[in-house]
Amino acid sequence: MATTTHEAALVGRRLVAAPDFGERIARSWRRNRAGYLFLTPWLIGFFGLTVGPTIASLYLSFTDYDLLTPARWSGLKNYEYAFFRDTRLHQALSVTFHYVLWSVPLRLTVALALAMALDRAVRGVAFYRATFYLPSLLGASVAIAVLWRQIFGGSGLINQLMELTLGYSGPSWVTHPSYALWTLIILAVWQFGSPMIIFLAGLRQIPQDLYEASEMDGAGPLRQFFRITLPLLAPVIFFNLVLQTIEAFKAFTQAFIVSGGTGGPVDSTMFYTLYLYLEAFANFRMGYASALAWLLLIIIGTFTAIAFLTSRYWVYYEDEGR
Amino acid sequence: MTGAVVASKRSVRWRPVLRHGLLIAAAFCMLYPLLWMIGSSFKPESLIFSEPGALPTSLDLSNYFDGWRALRVSFTTFYKNSFVVAGLAVIGNLLACSLTAFAFARLEFRLKWMWFALMLGTLMLPYHVTLVPQYILFLKLGWVNTFLPLVVPKFLAVDAFFIFLMVQFFRGIPREIDEAAIMDGCGPWRIYWRIMLPLSTPVLATAAIFSFIWTYDDFLGPLIYLNDMRTWTVPLALRAFEDSSGGGSLYGELFAMSALSLVPVFAVFLAFQRLIIRGVALGALKR
Repeated sequence: MATTTHEAALVGRRLVAAPDFGERIARSWRRNRAGYLFLTPWLIGFFGLTVGPTIASLYLSFTDYDLLTPARWSGLKNYEYAFFRDTRLHQALSVTFHYVLWSVPLRLTVALALAMALDRAVRGVAFYRATFYLPSLLGASVAIAVLWRQIFGGSGLINQLMELTLGYSGPSWVTHPSYALWTLIILAVWQFGSPMIIFLAGLRQIPQDLYEASEMDGAGPLRQFFRITLPLLAPVIFFNLVLQTIEAFKAFTQAFIVSGGTGGPVDSTMFYTLYLYLEAFANFRMGYASALAWLLLIIIGTFTAIAFLTSRYWVYYEDEGR
Repeated sequence: MTGAVVASKRSVRWRPVLRHGLLIAAAFCMLYPLLWMIGSSFKPESLIFSEPGALPTSLDLSNYFDGWRALRVSFTTFYKNSFVVAGLAVIGNLLACSLTAFAFARLEFRLKWMWFALMLGTLMLPYHVTLVPQYILFLKLGWVNTFLPLVVPKFLAVDAFFIFLMVQFFRGIPREIDEAAIMDGCGPWRIYWRIMLPLSTPVLATAAIFSFIWTYDDFLGPLIYLNDMRTWTVPLALRAFEDSSGGGSLYGELFAMSALSLVPVFAVFLAFQRLIIRGVALGALKR
C-alpha cells in the first residue's frame, strides 16, 4: 500500500519530465529493497554453497585432484574409468540397485498393509501409529545401526532365538557375503513408519460410501482392494515410491556402521554413497569422487523422470478432467 | 491368549479383538530390538549374548558409568558438542528459512518467481554433488575441526525444504492482517517479526523439531569435518566405541551408550508426537 502512494507520486512526476537514470535506479531500489534484503542470507547460501560448488564439482569431475597438488585436467578419463574399468564401482552399483529394488517395494508393501489394518481399527490408532512410527524416527541414528550389527552378529539376538527355537544357530549374518546386504534391507523395511503414516492419511481421503456401495453390489474385500483402494491411492503410492527410492539411493550411515566403514564383507554392502565417500575422503580422489556424484545425480534424475513419465499410465488424480 | 478370549466369549465382536491382538503382537516384534538393547545395557557382559530375554535380572548401572568414560574423552564433551551443533542448527534454520520464506510469500520484488523456482530446484539436488567442493571450501577457510561447516550453512538457509514448508504456511495466513498492519505504518521487518512469526508457531515448531533430530543424528557431516576427538558429536563417539569394542568385551557399555543416545530424540518424540505425525502425514518429511 505504501508503495502505491509512492508510485502514484512518481507517475505524476513522469508526466512532467521523464525520470533520469539515477532516479530510475532509486525507484527500482525502493521497490525491491525489502525483498532482496530478506532474501540475502539465502542468496549467499545459494550461490556460495549450492551453485558455486555444483559448478566446481562439474569442473573437478574432469580433473585429477588430491587436495595437495593443484587439480590437473584429465578430460573424460574419470568417466571412462567409471564406465569401463572400475569393477568396484560396478559392484557398488549392483549392491545399490539390489538394495533399492528390494527394500523400497518391501517397505511400501508392509507400510500399506499396516496402514489398512490401522484404518479399520478405530480404537487406539494413535497409539499404534506412534509405535510403528518410532523405528522410522530413530532408525537413521548410529545407535540403531550399531544395534543391528549386534542383533545379526555371530552370537546376536537372531542366532540366540534360532538356537532356542530351532536348536541350531546361523552364521554371523553381518559378516557373511550372502546375507550382509539382507540385514540392511531388513533394517530398511523395519523403518516403514513414515510411508505408513502417509498411506494412512491417504486412506482417510477415500469416501466410505464407495465401499458400502460396492458391498451392496456384491464385491468382496479383494475386489474392493484392487478396484477401489489401489486406484484411489495411486497418487499417494506414487509419491511414496519416488520419495523412498531417492532416499534409498542416498542411504549411507547404516551401511557404513554395519560394515565398519569398509562396505565389506567382500564389498557386499558397498553402497554407492559409501564408495563415493571412500574415494573422496579415504583415497583423496576428489576429481573421481565428483564424477561419481554427477553419475549419481544422473541415475536419480533418470529414475525420477521415468517415474513421472510413466505415471500418467497408472496414476489417476481425482480432479482430472474436471 | 487371544484365541482363548475369542472362544469363551463367542461374541460377534471377535474380529476387533483378533485385530488388536495381531497389532499388539506386531508392535511388540517391532519394538523388541529396542527392548533387547535397553535390557542388555543393564546386564553384565557374560549374559548379553547367552540369554535372548529383554528383561534383565538385576538393574546394574555399571555399564552406563563405565561406558560414559570408556573413550579418551568423556561423553560429557560429546553430548555438549552434539547439543551445541543441534541448537545452533535449529536457530539458524528458523531464522534464515523464515526470512526467505517471508520474502517469497509476502514481498514483491523483481525476478521473484525465478528465485522461487531455483529454490525448489535445489530440493532435487542430491547433497553429494556439492559435498566435495564444500569440503574443499571449508578446508581452505580453516574450518575443519570446528562446528562452523555444520552450522553456518543453516544460517544461509540451505535446507530449502523448510523454506518450502514455511512459504506454504505463510500463504495460509490472511493477507488482511498484514494489510491492516501496513495501514498502521508497519514496515516489512515489523510485519515479519511481530505478526508472521508469532502466528506461525506450528510450522516453526515442526521445522525446529526436524532440524534438531536431523542434526543430532547426522553422521556424514561430523565424520568429514570433525577429526579431533574433543570436537566429536555423539554419533562419532558411538562409532569409535564400536570399532574399539570389536574384539574386546565392551558390548554392555556399547549398548548402554547407544540406548542413552536415543533418549533426546525419543524425548522430543514423546513431547511433540502430534506435530511430528502431522508433519509426516503432510508428506513433508522423508523419514
